[in-house]
Amino acid sequence: MNEPVIELCEVELKFPVGADWRGRPKAYAHALNGLNLRIENGETIGVVGESGCGKSTLAMILLGLVQPTNGKVMRQVESASAMQIVFQDPQSSLNTRMPIWRIITEPIFARTKRSKHQLRTKAAELAKKVGLRPEVLDRFPHEFSGGQRQRIAIARALSSDPKIIVLDEPTSALDISVQAQILNLLDDLKQQQGLTYIFISHDISVIRHMCDRVVVMYLGQIVEIGRCEAVLDNPRHPYTKLLLESVPKMQQAGDLDASLENTELPSNRNLPLGCFFQERCSLADEACSQLQTMQDGVRCNKFSK
Amino acid sequence: MPIDMSDKTILKIEDLHLNFPIYQGAVHAINGVSLYVDEGEIVGIVGESGSAKSVTAMAALRLLPKGSFRLTNGNITMLGHDILKISEAEMNSLRGNQVAMIFQEPQTALNPTKTIGKQMFKVIQLHTGKKRKEARNLALCLLQDMRINDAEEILQRYPFELSGGMRQRILIGLAFACSPRLLVADEPTTALDVTVQRQVLQLMRAKARKTSTAILFISHDLALVSQFCDRIYVMYAGSIVEEGPTKLVLSAPAHPYTQALVRALPESSTKGQRLESIPGTVPKLTIKQEACSFRERCDHAHDLCVKIPSLVMSGVKTQKAACWLLEKVR
Repeated sequence: MNEPVIELCEVELKFPVGADWRGRPKAYAHALNGLNLRIENGETIGVVGESGCGKSTLAMILLGLVQPTNGKVMRQVESASAMQIVFQDPQSSLNTRMPIWRIITEPIFARTKRSKHQLRTKAAELAKKVGLRPEVLDRFPHEFSGGQRQRIAIARALSSDPKIIVLDEPTSALDISVQAQILNLLDDLKQQQGLTYIFISHDISVIRHMCDRVVVMYLGQIVEIGRCEAVLDNPRHPYTKLLLESVPKMQQAGDLDASLENTELPSNRNLPLGCFFQERCSLADEACSQLQTMQDGVRCNKFSK
Repeated sequence: MPIDMSDKTILKIEDLHLNFPIYQGAVHAINGVSLYVDEGEIVGIVGESGSAKSVTAMAALRLLPKGSFRLTNGNITMLGHDILKISEAEMNSLRGNQVAMIFQEPQTALNPTKTIGKQMFKVIQLHTGKKRKEARNLALCLLQDMRINDAEEILQRYPFELSGGMRQRILIGLAFACSPRLLVADEPTTALDVTVQRQVLQLMRAKARKTSTAILFISHDLALVSQFCDRIYVMYAGSIVEEGPTKLVLSAPAHPYTQALVRALPESSTKGQRLESIPGTVPKLTIKQEACSFRERCDHAHDLCVKIPSLVMSGVKTQKAACWLLEKVR
């Protein structure tokens, strides 16, 4: 087994919601509820789940942008600049008033003192790496297409020589043909620099293509974790099954006539007692009123030994 | 009103050319689009962003702001009406009664300051002339058809209190309020999760089949379209490059663009292999296309491609593609 680069230990995070007249929070939104995760050096780990399941909060915890309410985050990287993030929408994550070379070098500009000439050389080098021509360095983000903007965002993430890059839905805003270009680029960069990716996406086919391991999240918990092929080809947790069945696939048509499931995500204000998924689960019985523990990579009493 | 009920074609667009005048000239958004939707049929339009999928639908419903566009050529016929000629009042009675539209973002399509009930009653009363009580009953009925359990309670809620899937279900229910003959759905599930997406589509399809409503379904998601539609049109840079039965087009695409698009899907490649991407970008639409718009990104481009190809039969059933390669084969 490889060295872990980040380890999460029973991480919980809740946000206060509303306040009474004395400023005390009325309720809490439970974003993450006991997360254990070990991210190894050089792997690509995928995170899937519905919106509101805590995928992006997990990214914030990993980057240290928020501190967990409970639990520990252990990072085996020297400095904060060893971690970077690429956001979903390159339209809003790039400063519209900065030329490209400034955007790309912003992470090093903020941390180290370098001359303009040094920054420009660095920017040119990074631009070449992500497949942008050097003459574009003086242009502004609005002059680029979505795919090129995402290349700029990736170049920016690479500028501080990170070990770990969190990719938060990097291709959701892109067209299929461009998505393929960006995924290939990410693959190449990983091979060249030995990066560790944390790939957050709701697109199962992208996760399947890119990732070594996959984490399935539901209501702030990991419900299933394992090798990508194992989890996606033979899902064990009922939620993973539901999620995979819902994904439209090219090859098989017409399963839209199947029965309808309850698709409402329970509120995260008051956490359900027992198994979080029991309301939507077809296998639910008495054993599910107990809090489920993670065993053998699945959080379900029906499938762990 | 002259509604020709014997005609099974609900919507017919013929050789539509439309551009948006701008300071530097014009953006040639639609370059010769012809399509039709038959009664009870689910027709998909797929294409990348900027391929004029939405503009085509908006033009068909005359929803583009007046004066913002120039229609240089073409005909749009809907339910026997010439959309480009009839008055605004006639158009208004057509929209909502005969034709309904569902937009991408359910949050913005609902008024945040009014309860769901108020908005639904208003629409129903406006279009059907029903009394408030009847309108209420119809609203309840529509919500129940969309599998919303506590419909009574939902009517009193505000849009922000509901989830995205719930809001979209309400809008779909509302779209069916006047039992329209055509429903235009512009990326109705893009803002939703996959589990919710499937449910919304299931409900929409069941309802449409029951009332034999035709659906014009606009999407960028090939896999989704492959499950949902009977027939599809593939659009690229403002023109239709391929059309035909969904299964045929997506399993044996005839146009190089559709072929490349299907190959670029992560699920069509094995893991660890490089994905096949389409080199280059979509051509600038400010310049009027005199050649095949896909020529510069196409592997098969040859000297014939400097002329605009027309849709020809690919040889299999009703599949058509606009490519010179097919002409050569013939």
